[in-house]
Amino acid sequence: MRIGVFVCLCGSNIAATVDVDRVAEIAKGFPDVVFAKSEMYACSEPGQMAIRDAITNMGLEGVVVASCSPRMHEVTFRRAVERAGINRYMFEMANIREHVSWISKGVEQNTRKAADLVRAAVEKLRLNKGLTATTFEVNKRALVVGGGVAGIQAALDLADSGLQVVLVEREPSIGGKMAKLDKTFPTVDCSACILGPKMVDVAQHQNITLHTYSEIEEVSGYVGSFEVKVRKKTPYVHWDACTGCGLCMEKCPSSKSPDLFNEQLKTTTAISIPFPQAIPKKARIDPLVCLKLTKDKCGACAKICPTGAVDFGLVDEIVTESVGAVILATGYDLFDHTKYPEYGGGKYPDVITSMQYERLLNASGPTSGHVLRPSDGKEPKRVVFVQCVGSRDASVGRPYCSGFCCMATAKQAILTKDHIPDAEVFVFYIDVRAPGKLYEEFYTRAREEYGVRYVRGRVSKLWEVDGVITVQGADTLLQAQVEVDADLVVLAVGGEPSTGARALAEKLRISYDAHGFFMESHPKLRPVETNTAGIFLAGACQGLKDIPSSVAQGSAAAAKAMVLLSRDRLEANPQVAGVNQARCIGCGKCAGVCPFQAIEMTEDRWGATKAKVIESLCQGCGVCNVACLDKAIQLDHFTDDQILAGVKALCREWKEKN
Amino acid sequence: MKISSKSIKLGEGDSSFTSEVKARSGQNPSRCMQCGKCTAGCPVGFSADLPVNAVLRLVQEGLRDEVLGSRFIWLCAQCRTCSVRCPQEIDVAALMGTLRTMAWKGGHVADKRVKVFLGAFVDSVRKHGRVHELGLMMEYALRTGRLFDELELAPKALGKLSLRPHASLGADEVCAIVERAMKKGEDR
Amino acid sequence: MNQIQYAYFPGCSQTGTAVEYDMSVRATAKALDVELIEIPDWTCCGSSPAQSADKTLMAALTARNLRLVEEMGRAGVVTPCPSCLKALKVAGEYMEHDHGRGLVGKLLDRMPAGAVPSASILQVFVEDVGLEEIAKRVVRPLKGLVAAPYYGCVLTRPKRLMGFDDEEDPQSMDKLLRALGAQVPDFPFKVECCGASYGVPRREIVVRQSGRILDMARRVGANAIVTACPLCHQNLDLRQGQAARSLDTRFDLPILYVTQVLGLALGLEYHALGLDKHAVNVRTLVDAVFEAPRPVNEEADRCE
Repeated sequence: MRIGVFVCLCGSNIAATVDVDRVAEIAKGFPDVVFAKSEMYACSEPGQMAIRDAITNMGLEGVVVASCSPRMHEVTFRRAVERAGINRYMFEMANIREHVSWISKGVEQNTRKAADLVRAAVEKLRLNKGLTATTFEVNKRALVVGGGVAGIQAALDLADSGLQVVLVEREPSIGGKMAKLDKTFPTVDCSACILGPKMVDVAQHQNITLHTYSEIEEVSGYVGSFEVKVRKKTPYVHWDACTGCGLCMEKCPSSKSPDLFNEQLKTTTAISIPFPQAIPKKARIDPLVCLKLTKDKCGACAKICPTGAVDFGLVDEIVTESVGAVILATGYDLFDHTKYPEYGGGKYPDVITSMQYERLLNASGPTSGHVLRPSDGKEPKRVVFVQCVGSRDASVGRPYCSGFCCMATAKQAILTKDHIPDAEVFVFYIDVRAPGKLYEEFYTRAREEYGVRYVRGRVSKLWEVDGVITVQGADTLLQAQVEVDADLVVLAVGGEPSTGARALAEKLRISYDAHGFFMESHPKLRPVETNTAGIFLAGACQGLKDIPSSVAQGSAAAAKAMVLLSRDRLEANPQVAGVNQARCIGCGKCAGVCPFQAIEMTEDRWGATKAKVIESLCQGCGVCNVACLDKAIQLDHFTDDQILAGVKALCREWKEKN
Repeated sequence: MKISSKSIKLGEGDSSFTSEVKARSGQNPSRCMQCGKCTAGCPVGFSADLPVNAVLRLVQEGLRDEVLGSRFIWLCAQCRTCSVRCPQEIDVAALMGTLRTMAWKGGHVADKRVKVFLGAFVDSVRKHGRVHELGLMMEYALRTGRLFDELELAPKALGKLSLRPHASLGADEVCAIVERAMKKGEDR
Repeated sequence: MNQIQYAYFPGCSQTGTAVEYDMSVRATAKALDVELIEIPDWTCCGSSPAQSADKTLMAALTARNLRLVEEMGRAGVVTPCPSCLKALKVAGEYMEHDHGRGLVGKLLDRMPAGAVPSASILQVFVEDVGLEEIAKRVVRPLKGLVAAPYYGCVLTRPKRLMGFDDEEDPQSMDKLLRALGAQVPDFPFKVECCGASYGVPRREIVVRQSGRILDMARRVGANAIVTACPLCHQNLDLRQGQAARSLDTRFDLPILYVTQVLGLALGLEYHALGLDKHAVNVRTLVDAVFEAPRPVNEEADRCE
């Protein structure tokens, strides 16, 4: 083979501690190397041109580039050599940046190590074979998991582009957290007014199939060809017959069902429609409190329903959807503030969360939009907001900032003054985060126009006695401990990934971080993609964010999915496992350890059990090769021989000495 | 409430002081983001010259004299409200205890009355092996010149206080322990 | 019933201003078959003053007592004072590590072999004897007692050291008092600091803190505060007048040790529990809440 070696200076990144010219000189002496030179920036256009020219002029059949991590530029260089006419797998990289120049300063030893790594790459390359990717068809349908504003935006963009979309939402209605809000910052737009039309669009769009009150049961397949089983939970009502008239709610005698939409400020009837603008506007029965389902009594709703939609015998249904791309937009949940015993641990009725307060402010909420104390229904004259409850707090496992609470509180403080002009409003904060467009101005308005009083210091404790809540905090700017008696306290609770996010991630085989937020491919450059091909992210599930950012990510994820689905066929990765059937003893260990169920046990022509790789499912992880007793199963481009060639090259010097 | 204003040149503090406090207390002052939750719950801050978060801030800046010369470190009741609630999981009470010991050993006594009381307590232990409450009160009164502070409590308390100390047979051993500890200026 | 046996470390306060705590501890322990043998020649643990001078000093002073417990052959030591308990636990930590042993060894000639298990008297009653057993032995349920349970700031903090109940909202005393028949309202200041030992040098701290605690107890409808710490008792009882004056009010709120309350419920005698030694009159409350005290020997009365 005719091999060319290119040693990159990477400016001073590598050249400062590695004598790259010497490495190139040494490389010239390696077997099969006919050409070696140093290059200032191998990945740049002139750098790539130099590689391509060398291939053409020197008749190179294989190329080694000694530079940065393959994670940076392997794709770039593979494309470059392919354009010059050689198979992209006749290319190897030696990482002399992250593994050499960035971790050590001694030039002499770095140079020797770099030369050794180049040799290892050369020895492997000598055993490489050209690989050709197969292609497979792309199913031009997309799945969006989560019907909050990010998921709604993604679904609408995809559907508008002409693609078929399936939208799966866990709650009975789409809308997510935004549907619960009264107004949104910084415009103080009515949340339902701006979200509502989008929700209706989703319901009416001919390209969108909506499954609400449904969850993802199982996922199999791979990019371009996913098969997803969706569990449609039973509402005990035929939704194709239900008109959302609400007569059933009027007749239902049981009102013990926790009203989750209203943040449990009240209870609701066993059969209920979640809220007036629900999409779909259909009734569902809570099986834990329904008298018919628990005690076989009543059944009033079934009798009164004009279309006979109620059916206590309905069961869950599993539907299968086939799609080519998946967007996860599963949103967030709020931190459980009862974890703070110093804030009452949930026992004080007039200490509520920001979302509960939002429902009080909302005209369609439990108090018809009147701000009233839960304990006695009186109007509060002094409202105190406590920031960072469950955020910026390592002691409860939430070291991060949730990002939206400062602005949400400013909004709620302004609305409080709107509802109760003579109310006194205090906000205990550590820092006010107002990074978005018009956010700082909004915060200024709260203080200047509305007279909201901001006190800089975290609250240590609060207690409610005789209907008065005393808040014990600090004003660090005044260097004082402060106390204030309030009628109502609102805890600005932080966010966390939705319940069940981790389990869903595992079904889809994507990564999540220590807190459960789904992992993006690159936090700066690829915020809506994951490392699993075909799966994209949008909204708070990737990291807490406000509405504009969630909407933007919804569109961004849709765009990425559209790029994927715009192709008719996709290339499969040819770095897959293959079984040498002559060596295979049929033990089945490989099939047992394969995380992707990509190996099946079949019979060869003589009836002997042999393993066979399903190439389209294989992700090239190599675990099968490790498990195989006689190494009958090998990973293309990473065969045992290829890897050992590199190892032997590194041990050469030691071997010679001994 | 005293709020005083200063002009401070940053970078002129003593970072070795910060390191010393960190090493002795086992707490890292850089973790503190000055949220104020400690100050918010502190039962003694109202009586001090500085709130506890300010003391920690001074430690961060290496301002040794201001820290060791503060009254707060003598008033900390070690109630641990700060430590229990600190979001950064700093054991603030331990840090304050370390500062008091450093101040005591270094001769910085910003609150003479507290120091005298603590010293009289230790002295009582040294002499008798157990604290003689009446003796402690008298020594405190004599050394601070505050003879009449607790007179109103006398009728209620005297029934329970003994005029003579309950000496323990182990008093000698205790005396040796205390004298060794108070003599050395050694480090922990 | 099997006797539980412990070494007993009274602590200096229990020989003086908190002598009634010591009396009631011994009386109730006896009534509940908990054998407490006082450590002979026990000496002061040093408490916070010694710790302020030098943490190793406190560890050494306390380690001496750990050695005495080992010499007694007792499996564990019980003390009524949370501060002494903390010292026992800290000394135990020093004894478990070479570095700690080295430091203490410079001050103390004869060292204990290691740490010794230690607990407060409250913990022993609640965990070792158990609420069920105690409830069975209640002779006079405390109907009419509305007790604010005041734990103080040391007993449960820090959790990793003290190993008992909760740092913010402990419930052991609440449950014990309820098992004795008392009403226990929600008391937001159950772990607020009373001002500790600042009563003498910095009275304003105790006056303010104790005043707040007394005021809150009254606001939640309590007719007594029940405590498990001699210093808290001193600040709330002996200095109640000072606190009241600072708030321009009167409290007349009896401050009872948990062991005294327990003793009354178990049928023990008023004077034996030291109830006559308080600064704030307790008699009126006791008479209102309980029937007239009866001698303990009347077995017939136990079948109520």
